[in-house]
Amino acid sequence: MVEKTPENKVQPAERQYPDPKKKLKQDPPTTGHSWDGIEEYDNPMPRWWLWTFYITIIWAVIYMILYPAWPLVNRATSGILGYSSRGEVAAEIASFEERNQVWFTRLMEAELEDISADPELRGFAVNAGAAVFRAQCSQCHGAGGAGVQAAGYPNLLNDEWLWGGTIDDIHETIRYGIRNDDYDFARWSQMPAFGADELLDVEEIDQVVHYVLRMSGQDHDADLAEAGAEVYEWNCASCHGDEGHGDYAQGAPALNTAIWLYGGDYDTLFESVYYSRFGIMPGFASRLRDAEIRAVAAYVHQLGGGQ
Amino acid sequence: MWDFVKLFVLAAIAIFAAYIASYARDPAHMVHMVIIMLVAGGLFIWQIRRVGEPAAAHDPTQYMDGVIRYGVIATAFWGVVGFLVGVVIALQLTWPELNFTWAQGYLNFGRLRPLHTSAVIFAFGGNALIASAFYVVQRTSAARLWGGNLAWFVFWGYQLFIVLAATGYVLGSTQGQEYAEPEWLANLWLTIVWVAFLGVFLGTLINRREPHIYVANWFYLAFIVTVAMLHVVNNVQVPVSVYGSTSIPVWSGVQSAMIQWWYGHNAVGFFLTAGFLGMMYYFIPKQAERPVYSYKLSIIHFWALIFLYIWAGPHHLHYTALPDWAQTLGMTFSIMLWMPSWGGMINGLMTLSGAWDKLRTDPVIRMMVVAVGFYGMATFEGPMMSIRAVNSLSHYTDWTIGHVHSGALGWNGMITFGMLYYLVPRLWKRDGLYSLSLVSWHFWLATIGIVLYAASMWVTGIMEGLMWRQVDAQGFLVNSFADTVAAKFPMYVVRSLGGVLFLAGAIIMCYNLWKTVTSVGEKKPAAAAVPAE
Repeated sequence: MVEKTPENKVQPAERQYPDPKKKLKQDPPTTGHSWDGIEEYDNPMPRWWLWTFYITIIWAVIYMILYPAWPLVNRATSGILGYSSRGEVAAEIASFEERNQVWFTRLMEAELEDISADPELRGFAVNAGAAVFRAQCSQCHGAGGAGVQAAGYPNLLNDEWLWGGTIDDIHETIRYGIRNDDYDFARWSQMPAFGADELLDVEEIDQVVHYVLRMSGQDHDADLAEAGAEVYEWNCASCHGDEGHGDYAQGAPALNTAIWLYGGDYDTLFESVYYSRFGIMPGFASRLRDAEIRAVAAYVHQLGGGQ
Repeated sequence: MWDFVKLFVLAAIAIFAAYIASYARDPAHMVHMVIIMLVAGGLFIWQIRRVGEPAAAHDPTQYMDGVIRYGVIATAFWGVVGFLVGVVIALQLTWPELNFTWAQGYLNFGRLRPLHTSAVIFAFGGNALIASAFYVVQRTSAARLWGGNLAWFVFWGYQLFIVLAATGYVLGSTQGQEYAEPEWLANLWLTIVWVAFLGVFLGTLINRREPHIYVANWFYLAFIVTVAMLHVVNNVQVPVSVYGSTSIPVWSGVQSAMIQWWYGHNAVGFFLTAGFLGMMYYFIPKQAERPVYSYKLSIIHFWALIFLYIWAGPHHLHYTALPDWAQTLGMTFSIMLWMPSWGGMINGLMTLSGAWDKLRTDPVIRMMVVAVGFYGMATFEGPMMSIRAVNSLSHYTDWTIGHVHSGALGWNGMITFGMLYYLVPRLWKRDGLYSLSLVSWHFWLATIGIVLYAASMWVTGIMEGLMWRQVDAQGFLVNSFADTVAAKFPMYVVRSLGGVLFLAGAIIMCYNLWKTVTSVGEKKPAAAAVPAE
């Protein structure tokens, strides 16, 4: 198979090849066995190989003396350095805690509305809040806070709010969440499923959707929208307001803007009216420290549309 | 009489499987039972047509090569399947839209990932190991495979295991343990097949007509015995019901994690290292036509490797609930493992001393040498990554993926390709390969593919490790996880390209081997007289 065939293009034509019959030096002795034509030289182990092997063994033994290593009857040897991986983490956390303690204390002592007035405190709160946001909030609201519209995760960068946009409102939302069963203080509201529960027929839903399209300044059928006005007044206005401004107290979204939670096209609006929506946000009161919740509130408040 | 016993057993299995299939609690179990019913039913028909016929005679002085020819075909086939699924999931990671909505629950990344790993490790690697073990143990023992048709049972039984495992993954049957995903049914079946494999291999060794056991067979035997032990211990489990695929593992919590990674690491150590070193120890000296460099080195590095590898598993669980002392032991044994691993590389490379010119002329030996080179690189990288401080950066990042693939594509893939190029002309008695220049194409496509793969994963791995741990002066996190994912996109494109090149090389190999069997003339006996004209 190794014969030099013309199709083997690897081989440069004018190359000088060593004569395989001419041995440069004497071959070492073999062990004398042969298996299917394979023999074995009786070469010694390379010295560098052997010495490196010895050194790694010595290094391992020293490491085992320094660090926790051998299991005994009740506990393992703890090593003369007294190292533990949990201890290492705890020490690192404690060092940052100590450094930030003064700031966390100031954050807890200040009124929420006053944070933005103190540039130093505001800088710390936004920085700390951003870090918490990246770890705890970005999964739903996006790393930049832009939300995911089709999935109903609110955009935090604009000035539309569901449950209010003052720093106190934001703080309460983060603390207890929305429509969850974990906190009694979690704010709660529920839109009826007008179609699925047969409160409206399909024709009426069609009309009210066109009315909402008109309300938000989109293309619509004028006759249907006109008919939808009455449906809206009787069924929707009590929460979303006569003009579609929404209501922070009930978490009812505004319908007269171009900003949508689930989408403002005909099909999505129809689905929202027919089946309703029920977005849930977890509360963070038991997951984060009070100072961290305050920091996130300060961060979200300054993102774009804080009131 | 014996024929009727076999017919009765096959019919009973087919009927029992049909019964279970109709009451199966999950789709994976139903499909598995239908497969078993079809296999048992097919064997029943095959058997009933042969009742009373005398058993096929075979010449006990001839090597049993039919099963190895099938093994070679299965290796090439499963290789291409495994590489293809790998390319698909690499593309899915790059462009998540490729997790099509219509294929959710069947062909999304989560279902295909275990399909890829099992296809390349167990289907491609496993068939390569079984076929080459059968070839090598016969040649180096000068004995026919022991056990008659048992070798055929091992081959077909192993294919059945692969099909059960693969269909299970796509249909959602998994016990969630990496590289040990199949549930109890496939696990039980693999145990039976593996014991048969051990029987064939040991029986042949015992029948050998050489006074000593060749080094390749030490490695093959270590691989077979240890994998049996690992598989059984990691799968101690109680099936919930004979009607369902689910089973409950006996181990739980951190003990389960420790046993899983004892298994997982030694699957690398004994399946992908020891077994393939057995391959290396036969095919490199044969292809280079040179004696093995050092018998002393082979014996020391063999025993050091076997003794040290089995302790290194805890390095997969640094900074977890696993106690610190176990982490230390895993790490220190990994460091000590460095030189025993390199012993195989030295013996492989130095076997070429005096024959280095063959690297220029023979692309097959070049493939094998590059395989040994990647083996050396991966077995240096592994101990380095097991060091606690390095691991705190590398763990959970793409660096690990790159490390695994420089070993799997570079070492296991390339040495297997070399083995296939060596075996096909000999098994089909052809006068050499169809085209050496296509081997060269395969070599370069595969090598460039591996380099792109490993380099891109180093870049993303170290980058995401640094991004994850980046904190500002006050200790606050700088990047969100989504930021690190977005940053990896360009390197994911490069990785996908590397995978495509590697797959293209393997397809070229399949074409070349196919043409070798169909177009190259029969090898004539060396002493054949030239007819006078």
